[in-house]
Amino acid sequence: MADDLEHVEEHVRACIIIFLSLLVLTGFTVLASYLDVPKPAAITIALCIAAVKATLVLLYFMHLVSEKKLIYFSLALTAFFFVGLILLPILGVHDVIRIIMIKGY
Amino acid sequence: MSVVIPYIDEPRPDTGVTNAKLGIWLFLASEVMLFGGLFSAYIILRINNPQWESWSSILNVPLATVNTLFLISSSITVVLSWASLMRKQFDKYRLYTILTLLFGVGFMVIKYFEYTAKFHHGLYPSSNAFLAIYFTMTGLHGLHVVGGMAALAYLCWPGSKLWKTRPVWFTQRVECAGLFWHLVDLVWIVLFPILYLM
Repeated sequence: MADDLEHVEEHVRACIIIFLSLLVLTGFTVLASYLDVPKPAAITIALCIAAVKATLVLLYFMHLVSEKKLIYFSLALTAFFFVGLILLPILGVHDVIRIIMIKGY
Repeated sequence: MSVVIPYIDEPRPDTGVTNAKLGIWLFLASEVMLFGGLFSAYIILRINNPQWESWSSILNVPLATVNTLFLISSSITVVLSWASLMRKQFDKYRLYTILTLLFGVGFMVIKYFEYTAKFHHGLYPSSNAFLAIYFTMTGLHGLHVVGGMAALAYLCWPGSKLWKTRPVWFTQRVECAGLFWHLVDLVWIVLFPILYLM
């Protein structure tokens, strides 16, 4: 029980730090959108900051930093299919399969 | 004759987690795929519409930034409400849950103003491809916010009777509802830049 409480206190301390980090990163996201950089660079910056924020939420708020193997396995499977969902339209729009067949690589 | 569902408050030896924990994570995985389909649609629409930026520039970034701050703040209050139960401080749990609900209400009020401003200017989902995906994604996300608030409110008031008889079950229910709420925050963290800032 004492171990549980100690773990809870540690978790709360970590989450407060993550909360403050998320606030700062939100500020960066908005500031970065006003930077005078080419569009591809602006999109990359925005997505990178969003990815860092999402990772922090998953690891600490959702406690994935110390979860059981079965949860990791089901999430890895989800991530695999999610990436597939995102890649399919990109490959489709650029018609990658036809290009591979025509050029032979 | 009552049926007792096993492994509610103790981990199953073979999975290492309680049934509730595994169940909520599988549900969240299905939610990721639901939003994944919409992200996929967003990419197709965006690549095929060169005028995208002129459509998306009508959105109100300061209001959306405030909404982002609301959801991030609500995530920490959810953590604090669960931690209060672990410390056996029910009153604090209720206080933090009410704060979470207020952040949720604030989020929906801002969304209401955003939507009505668009409708006032004659901008509807049928107006262009950007608004179609904007209303679909933010609308579905808004429904999740309302659903999450309903679950948290139920646990805070009528569902809280369980705290007196089975505190471990109750704490676990709050944890599962909290995981759902964090997913709602997570989805918004991605929606905010792709709809408002890019």
